[in-house]
Formats: sequence, structure tokens, C-alpha cells
Amino acid sequence: MSRLATRFAARKASGQKALVTYLVAGDPEPQATLPALRALAAGGADVIELGVPFSDPEAEGPDIQGGCERALRHGVKLRDVLAMAKAFRQEDNETALVLMGYLNSVERMGYEVFAEAAQDAGIDGLIMVNLPPEEAEALQGYLAPRAIDLIFLLAPTTTEDRARAILQRASGFVYYVSLKGTTGAGHIDAEDVAARLAPLRAMTELPIAIGFGIRDAVTARAMAPLGDGIVVGSAVVRQMGALPLAEQPAALEGMARSLREALDSSC
Amino acid sequence: MTQAKGPQASPGPGGWSQYNLPDAQGHFGQFGGRFVAETLMHALDELEAVYRERMGDAAFQAQFKEELRSYVGRPTPLYHAERLSTELGGAQIYMKREDLNHTGAHKVNSALGQALLAKHMGKRRIIAETGAGQHGVASATVAARLGLECVVYMGEEDVQRQSPNVYRMKLLGATVVPVTSGSKTLKDALSEAMRDWVTNVDHTHYIIGTVAGPHPYPMIVRDFQSVIGEETRAQCLETLGRLPDTLVACVGGGSNALGLFYPFIKDEGVRLVGVEAGGYGLATGKHAAPLSTGVPGVLHGNRTYLMEDEDGQIIATHSVSAGLDYPGVGPEHAFLKDAHRAEYVAVTDDDALTAFHEVTRKEGIIPALETSHALAWILEHAPKLPKDHVIVVNLSGRGDKDIFTIAEREGISL
Repeated sequence: MSRLATRFAARKASGQKALVTYLVAGDPEPQATLPALRALAAGGADVIELGVPFSDPEAEGPDIQGGCERALRHGVKLRDVLAMAKAFRQEDNETALVLMGYLNSVERMGYEVFAEAAQDAGIDGLIMVNLPPEEAEALQGYLAPRAIDLIFLLAPTTTEDRARAILQRASGFVYYVSLKGTTGAGHIDAEDVAARLAPLRAMTELPIAIGFGIRDAVTARAMAPLGDGIVVGSAVVRQMGALPLAEQPAALEGMARSLREALDSSC
Repeated sequence: MTQAKGPQASPGPGGWSQYNLPDAQGHFGQFGGRFVAETLMHALDELEAVYRERMGDAAFQAQFKEELRSYVGRPTPLYHAERLSTELGGAQIYMKREDLNHTGAHKVNSALGQALLAKHMGKRRIIAETGAGQHGVASATVAARLGLECVVYMGEEDVQRQSPNVYRMKLLGATVVPVTSGSKTLKDALSEAMRDWVTNVDHTHYIIGTVAGPHPYPMIVRDFQSVIGEETRAQCLETLGRLPDTLVACVGGGSNALGLFYPFIKDEGVRLVGVEAGGYGLATGKHAAPLSTGVPGVLHGNRTYLMEDEDGQIIATHSVSAGLDYPGVGPEHAFLKDAHRAEYVAVTDDDALTAFHEVTRKEGIIPALETSHALAWILEHAPKLPKDHVIVVNLSGRGDKDIFTIAEREGISL
């Protein structure tokens, strides 16, 4: 069983929801990432999405765009991100690690080289924001034999037929994009999410994590009952950008802990 | 190349006479496709369905044709630049006068077609990205004509260097949003427009200005722009009694070039030359010539040649012309290059400016800086060609918008 499956299953078994957090690797500087990963894990994150900085992150809101720009100013490359992941994996064998980014980073490295390096780094899953399943077969062919899940997103605009087709190819977990917009947008609507998730539930056994627009304990509590987990990204990145290096770990651990408590009090 | 897929670029078993790309998934060989966030997939499916339906709908076609005639001013003339031809002493140079379109460039052909599609889809708001401002002006114009709300994204640097077009868009009732992320130019305007679209997709149509982006955009924009090549073909047959020998056009994203080339792709005897922005020279790295120096990659919804570093990060481009200042190019051009059906070269800022002055003084036509790149190729190559060789250049836009840039470069204050 992969770490993704294990973590979601364990939370489910104890009647809890999984906490998925995101940060941009190398933001605001490369030394910040390993302590941040430790802090999020210590605060109760089950899955950490490590954002691969990209020059043109077309689906991101201002926070994550800023995170990418800060990381790129330090010259952070995909192979650096993999090295950070590997360093974390050497000390933490429980927390699931997912790389999240844009296809061009992986294309440039080459699918096979990337898949091997990701496996070596202990990566559990990959989210490619701009890679719909229609174009994903070649990459999936390199990831699947190495037990790396290619995680697909479902959106409020995804039709039921399309969702069914996507779910047939999905593995790890399903990322439900809770609103029409970029990451960190501010108009999440619980009723709308609940209505759209109901039919998806019936189509898949995979855990569903809800993301985009969940920024604090209040929104986490509102969304938690609707899925198997929640994703908090932009709010973490904002903290990383605002605090000096020395203060980041304690702040991130506290943030993860408060989200963990919010999830546990919601069910 | 990282992901070689299937055979090298080839027009298919029937050869160029059967050329029929893109395929059902929007691929031109390994290029093109649909690489966007899931939220946009449904909108692209919908756009494709509506487009295919309307292309087969005689009433829609008639409406589009009539708008092109009465509002845009088509057909545009095919003009024999006799003085320039004589002066250069070689090939006969003909100019397809897209600068005479309403709004002063070829961009309006596709903006109009897409705005009509938006109306048919019941979308009341259109968004557009723009570099030089020509596509922004065209979109703002057709939005005014059809009563649609219009928001134009434009890199902050381009807002500075193309201020007359910014004001024109505002006069037309559009909102111009300066984009301050990344390099503050066309690529960032495109990213920002995609962010708007993903947020407002229910009631908004994104009018992409060039033959790039996710499928079906490269096909739709090409088809709407093909009126350029279709007219050129008919005009050549009518006035010369034969097809031209060479077609030349500048290539940023590549819409004016593809509009001219596409109806001639099956005519293998017609040489197709696309001219990219060579900036300070290809050797300096400061240019916008992905077909000349780039590698295949994925950006803005399609796989195509890109200017990127060894980590796949898109690198800053440079061109004196804002409309060519883009690190990617339409996927069909990428295919035509690899399949050796079209050739792509680059022309420097300085050579483009020389051509700008030359054509302005010799023909009384002030070309856009973008177009001046294609004209620079002609200045170099026409003298070496025989006198009965016919070159058609797409005079894709007029240069009024560029006079401030040119004056500033030449130390003249207006």
C-alpha cells in the first residue's frame, strides 16, 4: 500500500479527515524547505504537496505565483526539489509526499529520468496542473511501474461523463477543485461543493481531497465533512513569504495543528 | 527533444495534398494538444462543438463573410510594390494589405469570428491578451460592435511601449489590465487571461489572438485567418494567372503567417517563409525566435517550440516589436518546420527598422514593426531572385502604433 493510501485509510479508520498541505519548494529560499516540511508533518499534515517552481504558473493565484518567483530567484530547479524531497524522506518515512507543478518541468527532464529520480526521492504522487488525462498516458506509463500515483483534478465544470473517464485512470487520491478560479481564491461555497461531490462519491472508492480556497480553520471545518481530506496551499505560502526564516517552522507547525484540530472537531 | 512520440513530422500517407491536421485531439504531429487546468476542459469542448457546428452552418458563414466585407473592409488588395521591386532589382514583390483592414491589422479577422462564436454561445463577456495592442484593439472593437463586455490583459512593459493602442482600447470601452507578473510582456498577459478565464468561464469567452493555446484555438484562429491566404490565392490567379513562388510573413505566435500559408500548404511548389524576431541577434540569446533556437515543450495549453532554460523555465524574450515578443509559437508552425514544409528564419531589430524606413519611403506604406521583420527578409532575398519570381508578403499591420517607439530609438522627441 502506498503512503497516500495508507494515510487516507488510517484517517478514515479513525473517523478523521486527512490534512494535505502545500508549499513551493525553495520558497522563500532553499534552506526554508526542509524545516517547513518537518514542521508541517509535526503539526499533523498527512500529505505534503511540494510545489515545483515554474516561471509561468497559469493556474495559480498571486500567493503561489509569488512563491514561485521567490524560489526561482534562488535558481531552484526540479532536481533541487527532488533533493529536498529525498532529504525529508530520509528522516520521515510516514508522511506522503506529492510533487505538484507544470508539465514543462517534467518534459524538460524527460519522463523516464524524472520517474526514476522521483522514485529514488521517495515521492508518492504527482500532480501536473496542466496535464489532463487525455495527454497523460505516456507519463503515467513511467510512473505506474514505480508506484507513483498520477493524481488528477476534478473541477466544478467537469461533466459526469468526463469525471467517470478521469476516475478510471485516477490513482492515489482525487483532488476536487472546489471553485472556478485560481489557487487561493476567496469564494468557496460549501453547498455547491456538497452537491457536486455527491455523484462523484458514487463513482469512486478513491479518497477525495478538496482544495482551492481553504485558508483557515473556519473554511477547513466547513469543507471537511464533504470529502476525505482538505488541501491548504496559498495560506501556507503566504506565511512562508511573510515570516523570517527562523520563525517559519513554529508558525507552520501551529498552522497545521490548528487545521488538524479544526478537522477533528468537524466530524 | 525529450518525448519523441511516433514518427517524425509528416503530412500523412496522402502527402501534402491530403494535409488535414489537427487530428481529433488537436495534435499537429507531436505538437498542439490540450494542456490546461481541468476547470477549462469543458469550456474547450464546448467551444470546439460550437465551432464545428457553426462552420457547417451556412447562415453563420454568411454572417461572418458579410461582417468581413462591410465592417472590416475585405477583400484587402494585393498590391504590386513596383518601386521597391524595381529598386531591389529582383523578384516582384506583392503586398497583401492586411494593414487596410478596419483597426489596421489582420487581428480583426479572428477577433470578429470569435466574437460571433461567443454571441452564439451566449457569453456576454470577452477577454483577450495583447502584446502590441493590435489584437486588444481588434477585440475591443468587435466587442463594441456586438455589445459585449471586454477586458484586455497587457504586460505592463507593453502598456508603456504601445500607449496609443492602450488609449484606443479604452476609447472603445474596454478595460485594459496591466499585468505585472513575470516579465510583464505578452506571455504574462496570456497567463493572466487564462487565470481570468478559469474564474469566469461560465459567462466569458477568451479570444486568443494567435494560432496558439489549447485545442481548438490553433485551428479556429487559423481557419478565421485563412481568408488572407484564400484571397491571395484567388487574386494571384486572377491578376498573374498563376500561384506565387514565395510567401513571407512575420511569426510571433504566427497567426498572420498561418492565415497566409494555410490555403497554400497543399501547393508544394509555393515556398513558405516565416520570419521570427531575431532581437539583438540569435547569438546573443536576446531574441524571440523559438523556431530558430528553441526546443519542444508545453506552455499555454499546447506543445510547441519554446524558449526555455535547461530546467524548463521559460526565458525572457526580446524584440523591438511587442507583437513578436513571445517565447512560444503556434503548434502548426512547429509541425510545418519539422515536416520541412515551411522554413523559419530570424531578422534582427536593426534590420527590421531598416526595412521599416525603406518601405515607408519607397512605397508610402508605414508598416508595423512586426511586419517589418518580413520586409527585412525581402530586402535581403528579393535582389537574388529572378525578375519573374513572385513574392507575396503579408503586410500584416500598419505602423502608426510604433512611431513613438521608433522615434525614441532614434532620439527624436515627438
